[in-house]
Amino acid sequence: MTLTQHDIDAEIAAEHAAYEKRVADGAPVEHHPRRDYAPYRSSVLRHPKQPPIAIDVTKDPELVELASPAFGERDITDVDNDLTRQHTGEPVGERITVSGRLLDRAGKPVRGQLVEIWQANSAGRYAHQREQHDAPLDPNFTGVGRTLSDDDGCYRFTTVQPGPYPWRNHVNAWRPAHIHFSVFGSAFTQRLVTQMYFPNDPLFPYDPILQSVTDDAARQRLIATYDHSLSVPEFSLGYHWDIVLDGPNATWIEEGR
Amino acid sequence: MTKIDTGSPEQVLPTPSHTVGPFYGYALPFRGGEDIAPAGHPGTVTVHGYVYDGEGNPLPDALLELWGPDTQGDVPTADGSMRRDPASGGFLGRNGVEFTGFGRIQTDANGHWYARTLRPGARGRSAPYVSVCVFARGLLVHLFTRIYLPGDEAVLAADPLLARVPAERRDTLVAADEGHGTYRFDIRLQGEGETVFLEFQ
Repeated sequence: MTLTQHDIDAEIAAEHAAYEKRVADGAPVEHHPRRDYAPYRSSVLRHPKQPPIAIDVTKDPELVELASPAFGERDITDVDNDLTRQHTGEPVGERITVSGRLLDRAGKPVRGQLVEIWQANSAGRYAHQREQHDAPLDPNFTGVGRTLSDDDGCYRFTTVQPGPYPWRNHVNAWRPAHIHFSVFGSAFTQRLVTQMYFPNDPLFPYDPILQSVTDDAARQRLIATYDHSLSVPEFSLGYHWDIVLDGPNATWIEEGR
Repeated sequence: MTKIDTGSPEQVLPTPSHTVGPFYGYALPFRGGEDIAPAGHPGTVTVHGYVYDGEGNPLPDALLELWGPDTQGDVPTADGSMRRDPASGGFLGRNGVEFTGFGRIQTDANGHWYARTLRPGARGRSAPYVSVCVFARGLLVHLFTRIYLPGDEAVLAADPLLARVPAERRDTLVAADEGHGTYRFDIRLQGEGETVFLEFQ
């Protein structure tokens, strides 16, 4: 039977209602998606059914997961954070500047850590051979960027606005425009891979990946804010997006949390 | 609201995780990501295996990250896992001398992965292990697990984590010795023989 947007909408609504009821009944707020989220069909066979085993990091400060891999200046090049300058010509699309801070749960800056991004081009096409969407490739745009957070935890990328694109979760499924982010913290436990969205995208309610974050406030934290002060005159529009890493780090132990 | 007010800690809430999706392959993997051990190091071990879904099918689009100490149990502090070529913008790869402890490996079309790294040394109260972070299309939040190497049963028995894992699931965390410094470590995301995954608190 053909799976329609209407079917997926009903499943998304049911998952959302179930979450709201859990919270109303006293369950904790869920900042992350559940790995078992059927409206996103690819999750069905790829989530564990056994609960994870909890490790209390305060009991052993020597855990290797409390340290993080190091990345340095030799792991990036000067144009890595400017996706519009990686080819001989200019990519097609609306230029944007995306910037924000990398923070831990205590609100402290995460310094000198690797931030990687990848995205579709302005037509909604990834430079990936298995991509089936027949929108045009842009010879002047790959869509990969890297940078290190600075001493204030800040990162900054120049790129073009990615386009939305179709996928095959169900008939007429479209992903809202987004940029993929991969981020390291000061501890491997803080590792985060996620996606940043743009304000006011009409596709938000239809997308089972965004809606997998069932908490309304948490979902808002995935959406960047238009920031005129980041817009570069006669060049680009600015978006601000702060990233807060979850997971315990070594500071927790020092502070006795 | 994506400008975080760090002046009010109760407002500092985590950014939700999302799946890595199907198209990370031209962005995240890097040359030599699986060759973590310095060239010719006598402490080198090869670890390899498959990643399976709940129907036992291998995943051709999983991404693993490995992070482990050196043979003395020291945490590496060297950067340079993905050294870049400032002229071409490509990857130079590791220098074959320094040990960064970090590897990133994409499963191949058969769902198979491998890494050559240093046999980890013990740290703290734990038996030696390499930390693993699993990403995949369909996986909305990454999964942590550990690769323990077999050999010293007394050391494994004293490990605080292994001691807490139900006996019938414990072997999912211990690689199988295939001889010549090669170990097999399969990851089953769901179902029979499901790998033990970890949550740090």
